[in-house]
Amino acid sequence: MTVLRIENLKAEIEGKPILRGIDLEIKTGEIAALMGPNGSGKSTLAHILMGHPRYTVTEGGVFWNDVNLLELEVHERARLGLFLAFQYPVEIPGVTVGKFLKRALEVKLEAKGEKLNVSQYIKQLRSDIDFLEMDQNFINRYLNEGFSGGEKKRMEILQLLTLQPQIAVFDETDSGLDIDALRLVSKGINRMRGPDFGGLIITHYQRILNYVRPDVVHIMYKGKIVTSGREDLVQTLEEKGYDWVKARYGIEEVADVG
Amino acid sequence: MSAEANTPEFDIGDYKYGFHFPERAVVKTQKGLNEDVVRQISASKEEPDWMLDFRLKSLEAFRRLPMPNWGADLSGINFDDIYYYIKPTESVERSWDDVPDDIKKTFDRIGIPEAERKFLAGVGAQYDSEMVYHNIREDLKKMGVVFTDPETGVREHPEIIKKYFGTVIPYNDNKFAALNSAVWSGGSFVYVPPGVHVDIPVQAYFRINSKNFGQFERTLIVADEGSFVHYIEGCTAPTYSSESLHSAVVEIIALPGARVRYSTIQNWATNIYNLVTKRAHAHAGATVEWVDGNLGSKRTMKYPSVFLLGERAHGEVLSIAFAGKGQEQDTGGKMIHNAPNTTSVITSKSISKGGGTSSYRGMVKVAPGLSGIKSKVECDALIIDEESVSNTYPYMEIASENVSIEHEAKVSKISEDQLLYLMSRGIDEEEASMMIVNGFIDPLVKQLPMEYAIELNRLIELEMEGSVG
Repeated sequence: MTVLRIENLKAEIEGKPILRGIDLEIKTGEIAALMGPNGSGKSTLAHILMGHPRYTVTEGGVFWNDVNLLELEVHERARLGLFLAFQYPVEIPGVTVGKFLKRALEVKLEAKGEKLNVSQYIKQLRSDIDFLEMDQNFINRYLNEGFSGGEKKRMEILQLLTLQPQIAVFDETDSGLDIDALRLVSKGINRMRGPDFGGLIITHYQRILNYVRPDVVHIMYKGKIVTSGREDLVQTLEEKGYDWVKARYGIEEVADVG
Repeated sequence: MSAEANTPEFDIGDYKYGFHFPERAVVKTQKGLNEDVVRQISASKEEPDWMLDFRLKSLEAFRRLPMPNWGADLSGINFDDIYYYIKPTESVERSWDDVPDDIKKTFDRIGIPEAERKFLAGVGAQYDSEMVYHNIREDLKKMGVVFTDPETGVREHPEIIKKYFGTVIPYNDNKFAALNSAVWSGGSFVYVPPGVHVDIPVQAYFRINSKNFGQFERTLIVADEGSFVHYIEGCTAPTYSSESLHSAVVEIIALPGARVRYSTIQNWATNIYNLVTKRAHAHAGATVEWVDGNLGSKRTMKYPSVFLLGERAHGEVLSIAFAGKGQEQDTGGKMIHNAPNTTSVITSKSISKGGGTSSYRGMVKVAPGLSGIKSKVECDALIIDEESVSNTYPYMEIASENVSIEHEAKVSKISEDQLLYLMSRGIDEEEASMMIVNGFIDPLVKQLPMEYAIELNRLIELEMEGSVG
């Protein structure tokens, strides 16, 4: 079992505090949802877990089992088995999906002392593309270049299926998706579900959680986890809205983190 | 492993992959340029008077013409401190074993063929490559294709040389073309008869490994009506020269309906001023394509041009430049539309790194009274770090009204977000920036023959090494 343990994590950007002491566990065999109003620091948390250089951790730690994750470089975290599905995947002109994914899989296997079976890889990639109801031509397209919003998100899920990480963070993967794309993205995440996979679904809305039902739900507000619970918490949020969170947990005078 | 070798055609200078051969290997004319030197060059080639006269009037023009007052900084050139001719004398044996290990290693990494390595290392032509060259030459001969050096061209095909030599780039075109016209030595002469399609690329490498090849090479390609040829001037491995100046002239004549593609990737030592004039005439319905990759050198100024002289002629330039530390790549292309319904495309990709400067300098000119002209210019620049610079100087002189001219210029930097994205999939930082750079030039590299595409990628990898701090 793999546990990603976040302990009293505090972080800032350009001197402005955003995370104010996060305690959270993501573990294999479990899908967690992280919800909260805009600006509560959810995406910041996702980026810090992956190692985005823009943020400074001021206190606390993140541990991958016993490994101090914050001491590792971005690519080392990925090779351990961490995956981030980006909210805004960037375009990489001139780099084809097929070649890129092959290389990503290759370095991951090499880190474990294994070799890539190329024909197996191509077979699997083709079947995953079908599974996500994408066009096979995507293999030869440049990574994310000229992709629609929905195609970019499906590309993130295709990478998830290819790389088979142990822990994945989905940063508002549902945003901007129509119902069909949302269904396909959810289908991909659900296929990963199992004893060897743990996920953190960051979302503003409950919509995706109707498809990918979370085992545990955390609510974040102004840089802290203010409450956690089971799936019924999503229901409560849907009924009462984020005003309920703000009213209940926003009394404490803290600076708005934007 | 050892190989017998002819005398190296050029001296070997100091630079990062450089090494020295003893001076006794070559006899040089005196330093500096005067009439005696030019006469000596001509005499050693046993040239007819008309070629000597051409050289002498070129020398006059060279003296008269001013240095360019635009483009790269050329103030470091001292014309009096250059040897203009190096004549092979005694035959000297060189062994591959004499080549230092790090040079061999460089060649390994670049992945160039053994035969070419030996040539580049100065150990001359190897038996196998002579055979390959010989076979290719036999095939071409059967089709009536002439593929030789210009010296032989002057001797054996004076009627073609007299008709075309110096007609695309006149001896007094610019200071460096005049210099080349005065002291040229080596290069290629290609003639393709009417209607002949040469389906394998004609590679200069197979020839230059056993013949003169130096700083002032001269190439003339004449494609007769309806013919096709792809000429490749390869020197993708570091090119050795002790001299600080490389000034070549390349002339292409594509007669009606002919198509000529000229590809070169050059990687000069970082002390070289690389000032080359390349120009083509495309007659009615003819197509000329330049693929021009420039790495290395201290300063490069090179703007392959196509004069579109007949109706429906088409010209293309694909230019790739990589400017590293202390380097200035001033490159681009020129399209001169002198006939109706002519079309042209210029695509330029440049990369600047480590404080290097890449400039795109291009011109599209349309003569008055023409219709149906289409031209497209696209230049993309990628800047790797904060110290590096990219410039764009597009010139347009459009004297006709019914024309369609498109110009797009884009400058991008490797972004933190792109690096993060690739690294988040397990790729380390160095490889991630490499991927972005390779991706940037991919659309152009795809147009190169496979082995050159691979070599270009590897050369850029070598340039990129250690760029991540």
